[in-house]
Amino acid sequence: MAKETGAREGLKGWLNPGKIGKFGIERLAWLLMRLTGLGLLAYFIGHIYETSHILDGKAVWDKSLEMTQTTEGHLFLALVIGMCVFHTGNGIRLMVAQMGYGLGKAERPDYPYKPQSINMKGKACIYATLGMAALAMWYGMAVMFA
Amino acid sequence: MATLHPKLSEELSQTTVSSTQSIKLKIKRSNPNVNSDEKYDEFVVPIEKWTTVLDALLDVKSHLDHSVGIRYSCRQASCGSCGMKINGKPGLACFTKISELNSDTITIEPMDNYPVVRDLAVNFDRMINNHKKVMPYVIREDSEIDAESGVREFLQSPENVEKYIQFSSCIKCGLCNSACPTMAMDKSFVGPQALAQAYRYIADTRDQGKNKRLKIIDESHGIWRCHFAGSCSQVCPKGVDPAMGIQLLRGYLLGIRD
Amino acid sequence: MMILRESIIMKIHYGTAIGALFLTVIHIMMRMTQDFHESLEYENVIANYESVGYALLLELLLILISVHGFNGLRVILLEMNQGPIYEKVVTYGCLAGMAALIAYGSRTIIMTNMGMV
Repeated sequence: MAKETGAREGLKGWLNPGKIGKFGIERLAWLLMRLTGLGLLAYFIGHIYETSHILDGKAVWDKSLEMTQTTEGHLFLALVIGMCVFHTGNGIRLMVAQMGYGLGKAERPDYPYKPQSINMKGKACIYATLGMAALAMWYGMAVMFA
Repeated sequence: MATLHPKLSEELSQTTVSSTQSIKLKIKRSNPNVNSDEKYDEFVVPIEKWTTVLDALLDVKSHLDHSVGIRYSCRQASCGSCGMKINGKPGLACFTKISELNSDTITIEPMDNYPVVRDLAVNFDRMINNHKKVMPYVIREDSEIDAESGVREFLQSPENVEKYIQFSSCIKCGLCNSACPTMAMDKSFVGPQALAQAYRYIADTRDQGKNKRLKIIDESHGIWRCHFAGSCSQVCPKGVDPAMGIQLLRGYLLGIRD
Repeated sequence: MMILRESIIMKIHYGTAIGALFLTVIHIMMRMTQDFHESLEYENVIANYESVGYALLLELLLILISVHGFNGLRVILLEMNQGPIYEKVVTYGCLAGMAALIAYGSRTIIMTNMGMV
């Protein structure tokens, strides 16, 4: 009877960048969706805490705002903007796919057995989402550093 | 640590090799029933333009090291026995030509996410159990064909067949489960193979077990732990496209499909 | 405690995502009604909170994002490890985190809206 040890890849199966080369941009989108989701949740918790300083008066509010008004603060916020745009865009792509759109038509497979669901439409959406995230980051930095 | 394995005998290859090409095979060796040691053995084998990974492995077994443990059968991508990780990507050894890998060294390892039996052979119990869980057969109350019931055959139009025939091509090779990122961590996940087969039967107009199967997969380690990474479809050797089946299956649970 | 089917939970997950998207767009656009840095000044922020409509928007946004975020965290944690006790701890832990965050954020919104600053 085979032993169960080492049966699953574990976190290596999630975080190994070599997987993206082997399995394509969809795998990168899957990984980024997780990472941006966790990042946004962490940011959200910090944001709720930070905005609660409004209850402590103007002096405390202004002091807490100083942290975000630094170069590092602006860069961090730009990253948050990028994460938000990517997570949203990719989330919409996934919801549309789960409704059955853009997957291709089920039909008798033939050599070379290329999967219909992994198509240019999906890849284009992922690249477009990455592009929009970069654009949003650039716009955010333009506003913040103005 | 990799070791170059010396030729065990001076016997000639049974086939006359005209090619001067050869490649290095790096095969992962392990025997979990004995100990947890793992190592890579290297073998140099001659190849032709048409040599598959399985051909090269059988060459190693025949002439260099008889003890290499591999599972194979049909040699024509019909049985699904020879699934393994080839240069980091799951694939059927009989269906992967060495010339298409564009590499002088071919690293061959057992499939991920399965317990290893020995060397390149893995245990399929979990996949088979998950497959059985989704009831992979036509469920129908009036399945008894007799003179009284008047039922002679269950008719299907060609259009109805096209809806599920793709997913019936599954040869249970397990490559999809090996590639799936959720399977890498979640030992309770049903897996893309079982989910695609669930869709195959639900989409079959002869089947009446849709609600039973949907109830089985609508749980915390069922269909909802798929996030459309698409790796399963990337590696499927028969064009089953499990990712498509799973997304279409979700439509039933989201109330978009009847 | 009522146990929800996973499909219901995921419908909530998708619904909160769509809702949060619209409300976040409005929330960010509010920063664009003035110069960005000016919109973050104490008096302007208080004025935003004191508007009942905007306070309701923030409250709804808080609930939607908390539900969506903590459910996402629950999904990731459930995939990382399995077991009956672990899964109960993760599920109830995420619910507790969600409730705590909503409570804490609501405190800010309600107190500021009522002028208790």
